Amino acid sequence: MLSQQLFNGLVVGATYAIFALGFTVMFGVLGVVNLTYGFYFSFGALIALWLTQALNLPVWASFLIAVLASGLVAALVDSLLLTRLRRARAPELASLMVTLGATLLLYSLSSSLIGVEIRRFPAAAINASAFDLLGLRVSMTQLLIVFAAFAMVGGLVYLIQYTRVGLAIRAMAERPDTIALMGVNAGALARLVSFVSGSLAGAAGVLIGLNYNAIQPFMGEQMMLKGFAVIILGGLGDARGALVAGLIVGMLETLTAGYVASSWKDAVGFALLVLTLWIRPAGLFGRATVKRA
Amino acid sequence: MSAPMLSIAALSVRFGGLVAVDDVTFDVAAGSTHGLIGPNGAGKTTMFNLISGLTPPTSGAIRLADREINDLPSWKRAALGLSRTFQNIRVFPEMTLAENVATGLHPSLVQGFPAILTRLGGFAASERRARDIAMEQLEFVGLAAKARQRAGDLPYGDQRRLEIARALANQPRLLMLDEPAAGMNPSEKLELLGLLERLKGRGLTMLVVEHDMKFVMRLCDRISVINFGRKIAEGAPAEVRANADVIEAYLGAKVARGLEKGA
Amino acid sequence: MPAFLDDFLFTYESLVHSLGVNGLLALSMYVVLAMGQLSLGQAAFMGIGAYTSALLTLNVGAPFPLVLVAVMITPALGALIIGAPTLRLSGVYLALATIGVGEMLRLLYINTPLFGGALGLSGIPRLAGIIWIYGCLAVGLIVFVFVARSRVGRAMEAMREDELAAGAIGVNLPRYKLGGLVVSAAIAGLAGALDAHVSSFISPAAYGFDAAVTILSFALLGGIGSPFGPVLGAIILTLLPEALRPLQDFRLVVNGLIIVLAVLFMPRGLLAWRMGRLAARPGGASR
Repeated sequence: MLSQQLFNGLVVGATYAIFALGFTVMFGVLGVVNLTYGFYFSFGALIALWLTQALNLPVWASFLIAVLASGLVAALVDSLLLTRLRRARAPELASLMVTLGATLLLYSLSSSLIGVEIRRFPAAAINASAFDLLGLRVSMTQLLIVFAAFAMVGGLVYLIQYTRVGLAIRAMAERPDTIALMGVNAGALARLVSFVSGSLAGAAGVLIGLNYNAIQPFMGEQMMLKGFAVIILGGLGDARGALVAGLIVGMLETLTAGYVASSWKDAVGFALLVLTLWIRPAGLFGRATVKRA
Repeated sequence: MSAPMLSIAALSVRFGGLVAVDDVTFDVAAGSTHGLIGPNGAGKTTMFNLISGLTPPTSGAIRLADREINDLPSWKRAALGLSRTFQNIRVFPEMTLAENVATGLHPSLVQGFPAILTRLGGFAASERRARDIAMEQLEFVGLAAKARQRAGDLPYGDQRRLEIARALANQPRLLMLDEPAAGMNPSEKLELLGLLERLKGRGLTMLVVEHDMKFVMRLCDRISVINFGRKIAEGAPAEVRANADVIEAYLGAKVARGLEKGA
Repeated sequence: MPAFLDDFLFTYESLVHSLGVNGLLALSMYVVLAMGQLSLGQAAFMGIGAYTSALLTLNVGAPFPLVLVAVMITPALGALIIGAPTLRLSGVYLALATIGVGEMLRLLYINTPLFGGALGLSGIPRLAGIIWIYGCLAVGLIVFVFVARSRVGRAMEAMREDELAAGAIGVNLPRYKLGGLVVSAAIAGLAGALDAHVSSFISPAAYGFDAAVTILSFALLGGIGSPFGPVLGAIILTLLPEALRPLQDFRLVVNGLIIVLAVLFMPRGLLAWRMGRLAARPGGASR
């Protein structure tokens, strides 16, 4: 059963990886710790659920629309809250704090509007069939997750490495002060990066929602906390690190649930976080962000 | 010649593939004023960051008086008497001028927690000393009248002088000034020159990075010239002025700048 | 006594308690923020204090003053463990690491019978009271006012305004950062213990991420120009939910909105007044 466990872990890990990737891109390029990020995860899942239930859309269509919608909300939040602080060259902490308040606002608004009970996709909407592949039991949902993960990571790599916009994004990550000199609209670029990150969070939300078929407004908060562990393990701001660390945490969690106790599952990420900080604070792939005091 | 106050030996630093400072060696004699000049991007500020401990060197040695300070963090170097100002002024903007300078006294002000919490054991005396030294330094740089103003509200030239007062508070053995005259008008520059000459008269050792050649030539006893991270010349101001390499480095840079502007 | 008056007093008393406890928590946040650091582990440190005190009182029967010393030591040790590796890194690491530790502890409490699992511990004797809580708060405020007007207070503010420049004038950055976090953890632990010994009941849910955010918002709303700002913020944000009671579920929405607006439009907080950092008045020179 070990191989089946590892496979299931890999699938969960793929969603963690997408989630962490979006956060780390946002941090790496914009230099902000945007805590509302976890909300886009919840938002994506809730929108997809609503589209499937209320409009009877097929799951893949709901997924796409939810991903776009999450990206839009992220871009909106960025332009409402963070653009102003960026312009005022406010310290790093100010952006963290304003998003902290926004997070509280968004979660409490959504939970007081729709309640906190766990919602599920209608059985008819989910293709419950599964097939055998190399001795592994693979469900259609798992296949969708793996496929979507590959598509999103591939799309992001293409965007950043091979397009003009990607060039500007890389420039912004390296030297934010040169952006204006290049004739790039920094505000629009920040909104675009927020859109891309928000979409990744929303995608991860829909996929996790499908995988466990349990959706609830606060699911993003738990995910955000887990995301921090993944991001630090991978190295803050490092995209490869986010992907690899996401897979590692997903697999270790599944193994812990399988061989230790499922109640300890969620502790895996945080134990790794503390270990990382002591042994290799820059993370798996992190460049030395160590400051000489 | 007396023993060097600062001694730089074969100092290099690499950022990725870029060699920003390449095998630089020079001494700053105790009591002298040493200039460090070179075209934009020559590595002068990097040198300052290496000496003050903000950037770790790749190789080489830095000695302050007779102590090797390579591995010391910046705060320890400051405590040993190495003071500096910054090219892009870094005063504490929310603090008053007096508080800024009193903060500069940090390493030599002795206040244990029992004294702070009971206000006994010479606490009041030491705070008065901090205040008096702050006022004294502010007076020296001509800002005493503004002692209770917020530092961030000062005009640019005043902030530069405040930064010098803060750096002087701890009675440094070596004062490093990173472009002290930048952004100043001619009369402010003249005033600053007078100030620095008075410090020189007190026997303070100074290392100065400055773009204004007239300023450097008048102030400094000895000048080192850096270009592309390497030292290309050193000597008394008159020697440096006559040095062919120096002229080429500057002329080259100026021509290049002229071309850039024309394009 | 009529039932409604009894109810009223009961509610009123617990509100008075939480005003004091939250004031202490706000002070613990102040120490860290005042030197330009951000910890989101205040709730976790509070939890360590609460559990330490509850276990010492319930299982060991230790005398209360001794318990209060212990509850400052245990979170301080936790702060050392998390602070030593992270404080050499950029400030974001401390924030994220403290969140991680908070979650790990929450899971530990839930999964360990010693800590009473998800239900927590109950039957903790009510040994603390208004005197203890407000006594500690007053001592804390006095200490911070004294510290602010001294070499240490100036170094702390220098770090907050420009860490690099503070280092360049000789402020021992690692020592200050670690010292600040340890003191902050100790105060939070004390607040947790006092809270446990007035409410007689503790559970892991009270020490999670939400609580950490709430504690941060005390300091943010009040402002960190002086130690009084965070305490004012704590008072307002503790009373606000009471005032907003008619709004029911939308109370937290308003709470979040206040934080957002405070950061965007009042970056210095409600109490924008900044305390002087020199004990001797400049101007009246004695030369």
